[in-house]
Amino acid sequence: MSDGIPASLHEQLSHQLSQVVGFIYPNEVETQWAILIVVYPYITGIVAGAFILASLVKVFNVVEVQPIYRLALLTALAFMLVAGMPLQLHLGHPERAYEIFMTPQPTSAMAMFGFVYLWYLMGILLIEIWFEYRQQLVLMAQQARGVMKGIYGALSLFSKDVSPEAIAFDKKASKFVTIIGIPSAFLLHGYVGFIFGSVKANPWWGSVLMPIVFLMSAIVSGIAMVMFLYILISLLRNEKLDMRCLDRIGLFLLVAIIVDFALEALDYIHRIYQSEESIGILSQLVSSRLFTSMVIVQLLLGMLLPLLIIVFIRITRVNEDVRKLLYFTSSLLILVGIFSMRWNVVIGGQLYSKSFRGLMAYKMEITGIESLMTALALLALPFIILTVLFRLLPPRWMEKNAAAAVP
Amino acid sequence: MNKRDFLKDAILFFPAAATLQALASSAEGSAGPARTPSDYDATKHWYGMGIDVDKCIGCNRCVEACKAENDVPEEPFFFRTWIERYQIHANGETTVDCISTREAQPEQAAPEDPTVVRTFFVPKLCNQCAHPPCVQVCPVGATFQTQDGVVLVDAERCIGCRYCIQACPYGARYLNPKTRTADKCTFCYHRITEGLLPACVEVCPTEARIFGDLKGRADRLVRFHRVNPISVLKPDLNTEPKVLYAKLDGEVR
Repeated sequence: MSDGIPASLHEQLSHQLSQVVGFIYPNEVETQWAILIVVYPYITGIVAGAFILASLVKVFNVVEVQPIYRLALLTALAFMLVAGMPLQLHLGHPERAYEIFMTPQPTSAMAMFGFVYLWYLMGILLIEIWFEYRQQLVLMAQQARGVMKGIYGALSLFSKDVSPEAIAFDKKASKFVTIIGIPSAFLLHGYVGFIFGSVKANPWWGSVLMPIVFLMSAIVSGIAMVMFLYILISLLRNEKLDMRCLDRIGLFLLVAIIVDFALEALDYIHRIYQSEESIGILSQLVSSRLFTSMVIVQLLLGMLLPLLIIVFIRITRVNEDVRKLLYFTSSLLILVGIFSMRWNVVIGGQLYSKSFRGLMAYKMEITGIESLMTALALLALPFIILTVLFRLLPPRWMEKNAAAAVP
Repeated sequence: MNKRDFLKDAILFFPAAATLQALASSAEGSAGPARTPSDYDATKHWYGMGIDVDKCIGCNRCVEACKAENDVPEEPFFFRTWIERYQIHANGETTVDCISTREAQPEQAAPEDPTVVRTFFVPKLCNQCAHPPCVQVCPVGATFQTQDGVVLVDAERCIGCRYCIQACPYGARYLNPKTRTADKCTFCYHRITEGLLPACVEVCPTEARIFGDLKGRADRLVRFHRVNPISVLKPDLNTEPKVLYAKLDGEVR
């Protein structure tokens, strides 16, 4: 019987076939987009969200959030550098990926990914970070010795000018890039939503609200990630947190969760009320296959619980240590909740048959390319990159002490 | 008959015979003289397939022929064409199963279920949509529509992103584990451009599948379209399928 298909694939598909309930089209046994495609929108969402948080400082002059401005930018960059990897690894022919740039098909939402990604990375993020750090890089290049002198010199692109006019220009340029950056961040993640939302064959995905739901959940996850990192780093470094900043981030997070919740609720109310052909199988999907990941993790633990915690903080004004702990807990819960949301969209959309007559199953591999291990590695990688970036480009709120030490 | 008359008649007879044969073969929609690709003009055809639901006996020979002809993996997870069995019960419920995923054909007929009031088979395959969502989403243009209306995948260019598989409403595509590229029914493009029938049509013992050219004036498929009440699958998605089902039950999706 074996026809030269890999034994692991055969085993996975046989298992998935044995779990089928009802009738499915025979080609639907295989889960085409698996765990790596769950990781991909999760990571790009954090990029877009962190950037939008950073832009609040520059464009809307929210001074309280200034202390995390650089942290947010570097978080966006660290995740951005990893964003393309799950896609690349997922391809049947990764060596042909360049074709997306060479012969892009204009009607394909996916073909535009490469361009949106490059534009955001090269056109927005790197330029904004460069202007933000240029003055500091010039100074560091002057102070450093040996290899580091060369590295900082190269990073500053060998610019030397730290005159007040030049610094004023840096500020202006950085603000200008941020203004273009906001719609670009919207584009980056809204477009990821469009990849799913435009699939008319799949009613679980095909919703006009999808790009906007993706965008709002991206903002939620980006803010939560920066909050998480801010608290974590201050703990690791034993530094005092700026509580005004943290409360302000908490407020933004609260607003973002409420909007996200309202949009998702609208999506489901709309589906239930319209009650189209697919409603039967979709209800079955949510109440069986997705019950834990959607109702318990995404909705109750990942959205409503943190929402209540933040409301509690704002009403009671408990002391700083408790507040920190509660913020930390809610940011973690939200990060897990948004991950389940990506799971429920990507995997959920492939757990019911397009014949609307049956449910499939997905058995995640532990090792291999499309596996849990790869997903964990990809999720850990941004934190490693971030550690390197912190060494290279110290965020201002940490550098304050260092600057005080230098006469 | 003298030599002169014979030659005169022969001059008339041979072209006339050739014309008649050409007409007959176009009316038959099949088995024309083998053509070389060089004199094949794709713009002159618009291929489709008719399925006469009442005629399908669920023998699965088309599925086997397809797998053999097109090197489709034998495992029951990959199909270019497959057969669904519908059973309508007395209480109005419908149960469906795919008879092509069975490892072996049952030796004996299943015991009769008294609650089943009606049963029928539906062959499925790529609908070769005139407005194909799979072509729209392919990021590199590896899946495309030919001038004669067949949707094909260029396995040399496909990057294996599987977006086309997601976009197909009919579950007609799969990722070929051997080539790591998207794969699907081609209407046996290598055969039809040579004037042959697709393998599934060739082996069907009841002529439940009618292959033809919707541009051909006296084509069998055109006649099939004219005389039968025709439905296509999921018409609301506006994919404009070119696989035309005659006497299709509303339960079929």
